[in-house]
Amino acid sequence: MKIISIDGDEAVAQVEGVKRTVQLNLIDNIGVGDYVLVHAGFAIEKMDATAAQESIKLRKDYGISTL
Amino acid sequence: MKAEIQKIVDEIHTECGEEPIRLMEVCGTHTMAIHRYGLRSMLPSNLQLVSGPGCPVCVTPIHFIDAVLQLATRDDTVICTFGDLIRVPGSSASLESEKMNGHQVRVVYSPVDALRMAIRDKHLHYIFIGVGFETTAPAVAAVIEMARENKVTNFSVACAHKTMPEALKRLAADRQIQIQGLICPGHVSAIIGIQAYEWLAKHHNIACVVSGFDPGDILVSVLMLCRQIKRNECVAGIQYDRVVKAIGNTKALALMHRVFEPCDSEWRGLGMIPASGLAIKSGFRRFDALYRFPVKVKKSPTPSGCICGDILKGIKTPLQCGLFAKECRPDSPIGACMVSSEGTCAAFFKYQVVKSCA
Repeated sequence: MKIISIDGDEAVAQVEGVKRTVQLNLIDNIGVGDYVLVHAGFAIEKMDATAAQESIKLRKDYGISTL
Repeated sequence: MKAEIQKIVDEIHTECGEEPIRLMEVCGTHTMAIHRYGLRSMLPSNLQLVSGPGCPVCVTPIHFIDAVLQLATRDDTVICTFGDLIRVPGSSASLESEKMNGHQVRVVYSPVDALRMAIRDKHLHYIFIGVGFETTAPAVAAVIEMARENKVTNFSVACAHKTMPEALKRLAADRQIQIQGLICPGHVSAIIGIQAYEWLAKHHNIACVVSGFDPGDILVSVLMLCRQIKRNECVAGIQYDRVVKAIGNTKALALMHRVFEPCDSEWRGLGMIPASGLAIKSGFRRFDALYRFPVKVKKSPTPSGCICGDILKGIKTPLQCGLFAKECRPDSPIGACMVSSEGTCAAFFKYQVVKSCA
């Protein structure tokens, strides 16, 4: 998911037009525009932006939701 | 994309030789992806993919479900759980059936949702059901710390978290299983890194590759494993390097170890494995639901005819089970591997039984 805003340990992240609140307690140095892997409402790792976009596109091609 | 996939498949056919090769995936999401994309049909006939104990719901013993069901029947509690646990049958009921009986059971997306509900509603005690591997455990640890910082007194966790390394060691030492390579879990490895796989590669000569979840990811991982096996040079490789670092997520691990400590844990199918579970540390005991609300449960026998245990070890497939697709179906599951959407039986049913009937 792509981080679109940050407020302390909480962020709003978006994928496929859906926005979700994401906790940032488990990772450091995250900024707006970064892509993160989200599990159970927590960002668990930062992702390479290009690779993340390719993966999202591929899943879309297969008709699979990234959410 | 198709040409790229075909190129990888061709390379696998070249590299895997003619000797039988057994690779095990130990992540429910990999199991589903392998079925969804029909990857088995692309692979050489001597290369077998088997599913291991990678679905946390599937390896949770029935007596823990029975304990949760007792907590659910209290008038002063609300059970909060991820959706995949709600239909898991205990000895005589499920959370879903208890909800239909009027007890308070809510499906949440995140453990944070359960804590927020507890903060809003101080009249009831909210219990989050902590089931999952290292991907989930740090999130639950973070919520327990948040509860302590915010002095929340009506929130706790019924903890059945499990950790992968000791279970993989058990599998590696089991002569019945005989796997040459592991498709290692992508998201668990984002937290724990590759240290455990390095041990397996060194001490059991098992090829290990941490894989992503797209079809190309899994096929490249299979290719990397075939190359390791061909050269007899087993190491811990990372295919999913857009997410996973060799060292893992040290911040998440530190948080997990602040709140939890290793404990012996029973795995459905694998039995009791020393130091393969996580217990809430004594300093956080007021957030341990099973300490605050002690329950007594009897050890439950495996349902008659169910071979989930052997399926979780990759020894048998669902097609060898007499109950599969007959008495045991996704709408009336008997074994845990059929209940969870990422269970091996559910995957076989969805992509082989349903597809063949279509």
